[in-house]
Amino acid sequence: MGERREIQLTVNGEAVSREVEVRWTLVDFLRHELMLTGTHVGCEHGVCGACTVLLDGRSARSCLTLAVQADGCDVTTIEGLSPKEGLSPLQQAFADHHGLQCGYCTPGVLCTLTEFLETNADPSEEEIRIALSGNLCRCTGYQGMVDAALAYVAARKSQLA
Amino acid sequence: MSWVGSSVPRVEDPALLSGRGKFIDDFHLPDMLHAAVVRSPYAHAKVGKIDCAEALAMPGVHAVLTQDDLPQPFRDQRLLLLVPNPAIRHPITYFALAKDEVCFAGEAVAFVVADDRYIAEDAAERVIVDYEPLPVSADCKAALEPGAATAHADRDDNIAADFPMTYGDVEDAFAGAAHVVKESFFTHRGGGHAMECRGVVAADDPVTDSMTLWSNTQAPHMLRNVYARMMGVSETQIRVIAPPDVGGGFGPKGMYYQEQFCAAAAARQLGRPVKWTEDRRENFIATYQERDQYWDMEVAVDGDGKLRGIRGRLIHDSGAYLPWGIITPFISSTTIPGPYVLPAYHINLVAVFTNKVATTPVRGAGRPQAAFVMERLMDRVAQELGIDPAEVRRRNFIQPEQMPYPVGLVFRDGSPVVYDSGDYPVCQAKSLALANYESFRERQAAARKDGRYIGIGLGSYVEGTGLGPFEGVNVKVEMSGKVAVQTGAAPQGQGHQTMLAQIVADRLSVKPEDVSVTPGDTAGVGIGIGTFASRITANAGPSAQMAANTVREKLVKAAAHLLEAAEEDLDLADGKVFVKGVPDHGKSFAEIATFTNGMPGFALPGGVIPGLEETSYFTPERSTYANGAHVAEVEVDIETGDVKILRYTTAHDCGSMINPKMVEGQVMGGIAHGVGNALYEWMHYDEDAQPQTVNFGEYLVPMATDVPRAQQVHMETPTPLNPLGVKGAGEGGTIPALAAIAGAIEDALAPFGVRVTQCPVTPPYLLSLLDAARKEAKS
Ligand code: FES
Ligand code: FES
Repeated sequence: MGERREIQLTVNGEAVSREVEVRWTLVDFLRHELMLTGTHVGCEHGVCGACTVLLDGRSARSCLTLAVQADGCDVTTIEGLSPKEGLSPLQQAFADHHGLQCGYCTPGVLCTLTEFLETNADPSEEEIRIALSGNLCRCTGYQGMVDAALAYVAARKSQLA
Repeated sequence: MSWVGSSVPRVEDPALLSGRGKFIDDFHLPDMLHAAVVRSPYAHAKVGKIDCAEALAMPGVHAVLTQDDLPQPFRDQRLLLLVPNPAIRHPITYFALAKDEVCFAGEAVAFVVADDRYIAEDAAERVIVDYEPLPVSADCKAALEPGAATAHADRDDNIAADFPMTYGDVEDAFAGAAHVVKESFFTHRGGGHAMECRGVVAADDPVTDSMTLWSNTQAPHMLRNVYARMMGVSETQIRVIAPPDVGGGFGPKGMYYQEQFCAAAAARQLGRPVKWTEDRRENFIATYQERDQYWDMEVAVDGDGKLRGIRGRLIHDSGAYLPWGIITPFISSTTIPGPYVLPAYHINLVAVFTNKVATTPVRGAGRPQAAFVMERLMDRVAQELGIDPAEVRRRNFIQPEQMPYPVGLVFRDGSPVVYDSGDYPVCQAKSLALANYESFRERQAAARKDGRYIGIGLGSYVEGTGLGPFEGVNVKVEMSGKVAVQTGAAPQGQGHQTMLAQIVADRLSVKPEDVSVTPGDTAGVGIGIGTFASRITANAGPSAQMAANTVREKLVKAAAHLLEAAEEDLDLADGKVFVKGVPDHGKSFAEIATFTNGMPGFALPGGVIPGLEETSYFTPERSTYANGAHVAEVEVDIETGDVKILRYTTAHDCGSMINPKMVEGQVMGGIAHGVGNALYEWMHYDEDAQPQTVNFGEYLVPMATDVPRAQQVHMETPTPLNPLGVKGAGEGGTIPALAAIAGAIEDALAPFGVRVTQCPVTPPYLLSLLDAARKEAKS
């Protein structure tokens, strides 16, 4: 048994305080301690993006973050991005444009896009692809998710207009 | 209206989008323990003493299983080979744990079980294994040389299988040819690399003496059958369930693996559930791949470019074991004729053992390599005769009026290769039109003026899909009135639930979202085959239709009795059976189901069949052949060897489409895999057969910035071989992509006279070709 330490953080808006092993990764803590299994593990070496969560609003690899590093942070996972009923507009755009197949990469993709679309009002396809280049998807060939993001941006613009 | 044929929203999506998917590693059973695997660091070695004492002494460690600790059947027997072939000389498969000898780096030697995965991994490092390294067979071509090291110490050579495939008079074809073109190719494919690695949770129930294995397998029934047969238990004592959500399969999850049997043994021994989840490094070294093929090929043509014959040899890297026989090279060999009239063909196929992880089908299953080779040959013929590459293909296409077209070959299921339907010339024409092929040479000339090297490449293909023998589907109207569908076939993201819901919804006049589909459970349907070979829609689809038709008949029969109406006067809508024109005079599915379920002790009225349930097994007579044509336009940076895909177009024909949007998604995903195979993906081993690319930094799969937006056009030529007219769609995107992209690269570099004979076309390879071409120009 490794060294343990108490951490306090906010996860999806709720205060959490737990004792964790210092070597646990954030993703293992989320998945196996808090049972938030929506965040996935695709590589555990920081390349695939499946484990992406929002750490204080910024996208982060939860496989390369230790649970203890999240002490005092505000963590948002896919569960936190999902409304109680139905889908968020971005999630709905993914369903409409076949932006997912197996859905394994999807939570990470949605976290990445959430941050990106908050800070980019009107991104081009090229910019969206660059934003997504840190999220590997083996199923879709990316086109559906790029279309979903473009449609979401277009809808948001027309609402603001 | 009909749900079949329309792009209805996928029933899978809402849960997956909101983090409520249920993947194998999401399973947390009470009391569950976690496993890690001790793997051989050597590609080939004798295994001596295994010292587990230190590992076992660690707090939190419950067991270390070695070969000696497995149940008896697994100590003496290798895992069963389910697809034998008389051509296999040495049908060597895996042991559940290595016995005396390890034959590739990554082979499982011991299985450590602990309170959590962290402890299990720590303990795995403390298992001390005595290895005595042996000489290594590292390359499948070199492995055929006399005196080469053998991959298995007790064999005299490395030949796993060696046999010819032939039809027509090849000698005559070459003797009378106006032109003969010769070329050697090296094709390499990596693996499936689903974003979710493999995993298993095993739970033993001592009360019923039965085992449950949850595993993200593509073939639950196959795993069940092997387990039952090897353990000598009844099929009722082993239930295999693929979780409803599996994070991609692409072939390698279709076979069974050492760890599934180890987890079962450990769970039984310890009396607690055991979970093993593969990590990505293990996925690179221990999950089956496709890897290397060497092709020496020769094509004979007439003066006008018409094919007379092809002959050659294929050397295929089988890896250390044959868990799936020789299916991949077999399919490669039978794919060569493609969409063309090829009067004579002879190929010698040699499958070779190497000290690397086994090779089994990956999306496309040996066809992408064959299409690469065949389409490269067609391009060579075009160059030799000075004809446009599209025209050479046109002159050779099988014409629609020749359907059904017997190729002359026997496919892996033993049936003759007979193309059932398709219009290859029109398919090609559609792809060319979409790609603006006619104006390409102007675009190319303009680009060259600017110092840019752009090129265009073509890939036409035919793909055997929908292989039998069957895939069963059970349709049931429950007493709640809900429609429940079960099938043994396990999905990995294709949208099987939606596809089956569409078919059943049509037959029972309900909405797809009212149909709940539970796939992948051996308890759901008695027998099953599995998800591979683009076979589910063409096998389970018609089964679902047949079963739903029968359930519909049962509904009507029972309702006729309840309503005292004639069956032909009844209609179905919105979960009710009612008298035509009088929707209020009807009975709900719930009422009818309750009625047909009967009451204890009361006889059912005459003619009423118990329950509203049916299991059907559609059995296709033979494979149905999908086809397509791809066009790639690329730009090559001659300084860096970088290739950018500027434009990508496809024409695709998989017969009738159940859900066009899902078909497009399959094709697009397939193209992405093909882009990886064409440009990036290389599973590299060194000369000692040590894997060198074991993470996504070293092994490159295409990113969002690498995969082009593809334009697709679809034709629908229904197959006569099943009642839905459907063919498979899962692999067609990948198959011709390598060919089209490689052709485009060669075309872009035509000013240098470069010949692309290897796949993937990596920057170092391209630069070496350019270098050689420049040197030759100088001398
Ligand atoms: S699992 Fe974290 S980046 Fe792949
Ligand atoms: S949808 Fe399967 S990996 Fe992206």
